[in-house]
Amino acid sequence: MYCNFLLTGASNDKNRTDIMIKIRGLNKTYNLGSPNALHVLKGIDMNVAAGEFLSIMGASGSGKSTLLNVIGILDNYDTGEYILDGTLVRSLSETRSAELRNRKVGFVFQSFNLISFKNAMENVALPLYYNGVPRRKRNDLAMEYLEKLGLGSHAHHLPNELSGGQKQRVAIARALISRPSIILADEPTGALDTATSREVIEIMREVNRKEGITMLIVTHEGAVARATDRVIYLRDGVIESDKKNEKPVIEF
Amino acid sequence: MFDILGEILETMKRNKMRTFLTGFAVAWGIFMLIVLLGAGQGLQNGVRSNFEGRAINSVTLFPGWTSMPYRGYRADRAIRFDERTVDFVRTNIPEVVNLSAWIMYRPQSIAYGKEYGSWNIEACTPDLFYLDFMVIVKGRFLNEADMRAKRKVIVLGKQAEETLFKGEESLGKYVEADGIAYQVVGVYDRPQSQSFSSSLYIPLTTGNQLYNRGWGIRGIEFTVNGIDSEEQADMLTERIRALMGPYLGFDPKDTSAMYVRNSAKMAAETQKIFGYINMFLWVIGFACVMAGIVGVGNIMLVTVKERTREIGIRKALGATPWSIVRMVIIEAIFITTVAGYIGIIFGLGLTELISRGLSAAGGGGGGNTPAMFQDPTVGLGIVFAVLGLLVTCGVVAGLIPSLRATRIRPIEAMRAD
Ligand SMILES: Nc1ncnc2c1ncn2[C@@H]1O[C@H](COP(=O)(O)OP(=O)(O)OP(=O)(O)O)[C@@H](O)[C@H]1O
Ligand SMILES: [Mg+2]
Repeated sequence: MYCNFLLTGASNDKNRTDIMIKIRGLNKTYNLGSPNALHVLKGIDMNVAAGEFLSIMGASGSGKSTLLNVIGILDNYDTGEYILDGTLVRSLSETRSAELRNRKVGFVFQSFNLISFKNAMENVALPLYYNGVPRRKRNDLAMEYLEKLGLGSHAHHLPNELSGGQKQRVAIARALISRPSIILADEPTGALDTATSREVIEIMREVNRKEGITMLIVTHEGAVARATDRVIYLRDGVIESDKKNEKPVIEF
Repeated sequence: MFDILGEILETMKRNKMRTFLTGFAVAWGIFMLIVLLGAGQGLQNGVRSNFEGRAINSVTLFPGWTSMPYRGYRADRAIRFDERTVDFVRTNIPEVVNLSAWIMYRPQSIAYGKEYGSWNIEACTPDLFYLDFMVIVKGRFLNEADMRAKRKVIVLGKQAEETLFKGEESLGKYVEADGIAYQVVGVYDRPQSQSFSSSLYIPLTTGNQLYNRGWGIRGIEFTVNGIDSEEQADMLTERIRALMGPYLGFDPKDTSAMYVRNSAKMAAETQKIFGYINMFLWVIGFACVMAGIVGVGNIMLVTVKERTREIGIRKALGATPWSIVRMVIIEAIFITTVAGYIGIIFGLGLTELISRGLSAAGGGGGGNTPAMFQDPTVGLGIVFAVLGLLVTCGVVAGLIPSLRATRIRPIEAMRAD
């Protein structure tokens, strides 16, 4: 059903490296310097190769979302080093990090985060607006991506006229449209039932295989983790284990 | 640029209520400003037109009785103006533009055939025409030839003509006053004036010859150039007294010997009052506009708060801080400009409508209702200045909330469910 992923144009990043994410001794403390300071990430070391499909698991409050936000340049870190696709991410200006996010990162969230007054097509086209793509072209591309995800008929629906699974597919199309190096998904199936969860994970798997986009999924669900090639366990801000999953299966 | 506008228009279209409320505040403010300024202008025009249809910068000299002795003359001496006085004034006061002198007679019975009525006969010089804002309906006013030849000619008022001639042709006919026959050379009207247009005019020289009862000329009026302030008007009055005193034989300080009515001074005083009224209206109008601007700022601020999540999402998708600022500011400018424009249209429309209604009801052909309010319109220059002000205020109104918007952190914004 969703097997139509042909590259539309060359990859937008010429200096794409084999190592997508390189993190060394990364520390992050919330409310640094205040009495209720909270040391959330305690010396994280990790590498992610380009094209990997991996998941991060861990108890609630273990720092998964925090780590994902740092990787997605939505949040900064205190000490250590983080290199994203060959670019050192360290005290960047707001403008520069916005550019980096726009070009290299696609986000998928548990709560979808679609703009409520924009229809499906406009939501998908939005990253291209910030990339300076002309309106006509970005709408055409958005339609193309919606069709790939089986939502061509719903292009002009507002988010509140879509089901949870449909909303998440719109969000995935939006994450894909700027042809990022990596897609970060924070509990993408958290708000979905099992059947829809399976659908979404199948799509993400498909995108990873056909487009070679690195896919990092934060999840609570074992079933989601079992569908990925590699699972990192986080516990109290440190990596407890990092295992290859020899036989990934999609079974919900 | 086109794309930016498109994106913002789209956003505004999808949030109609917000856009409407914001715009309404501005449109209302600007509407009130224009209506108030229009009212001020209307009042001013109305009072101006009530200046008895007289030239604004004019000086009138009336002879009186001396109250102080002067160079051997006793007090209580009558001062007399004659034709030489008129020439003296004309040649010695450089500011004089048009000058007229007249002799006013008591109401006289005037007859044509069986018809008769009673009007003042005023003997005057031809320049009175320029001082009194009269309009010649028929024929002509008095001229220099009439003066030189001391012709027995007369210019009738419109009412007098109607009463005497009942629609019959009056030009060239003779009317009789006090046993003297005058040929009608013209008919005048004073459409702007509410005061009597009941005087009939004959040449000064003719009047002097026929009616000289020893009083001489009853008044000399002239318009003056270049008198803009009260101080200048006062100085002119002083200068005239200093000049006329020695010539006519009275002490320049003796105000009862010659009365000087300086309407330039009156005009300057009224001008000052209007200055205050206008300032007052401006202050109120400006307060209205400010209220509109504060309204916009407030709504934009609330909006930004409401849109925290949207802005967070946009940032996560790669919106730079500048693009967020730009979005909010352009939206504010757009709303203030368009709404301001609408307010201007409605404001001008209303003042124009009132103006038309007033002239249809009052002005027209020759209605004599006193117009306290006339032509309440506002100049285009002011309108454009206000529009400029609006755009500036739009920027200010957008700046504060947009700077706030740049500080929104995408993760926190998106967490708010
Ligand atoms: N902005 C913040 N300011 C202060 N503390 C925070 C902030 N965000 C998260 N925390 C705290 O940091 C810790 C880690 O939070 P994080 O959201 O990374 O956990 P998580 O692993 O994603 O948990 P969950 O599975 O419940 O989503 C938690 O104790 C949380 O309360
Ligand atoms: Mg989390």
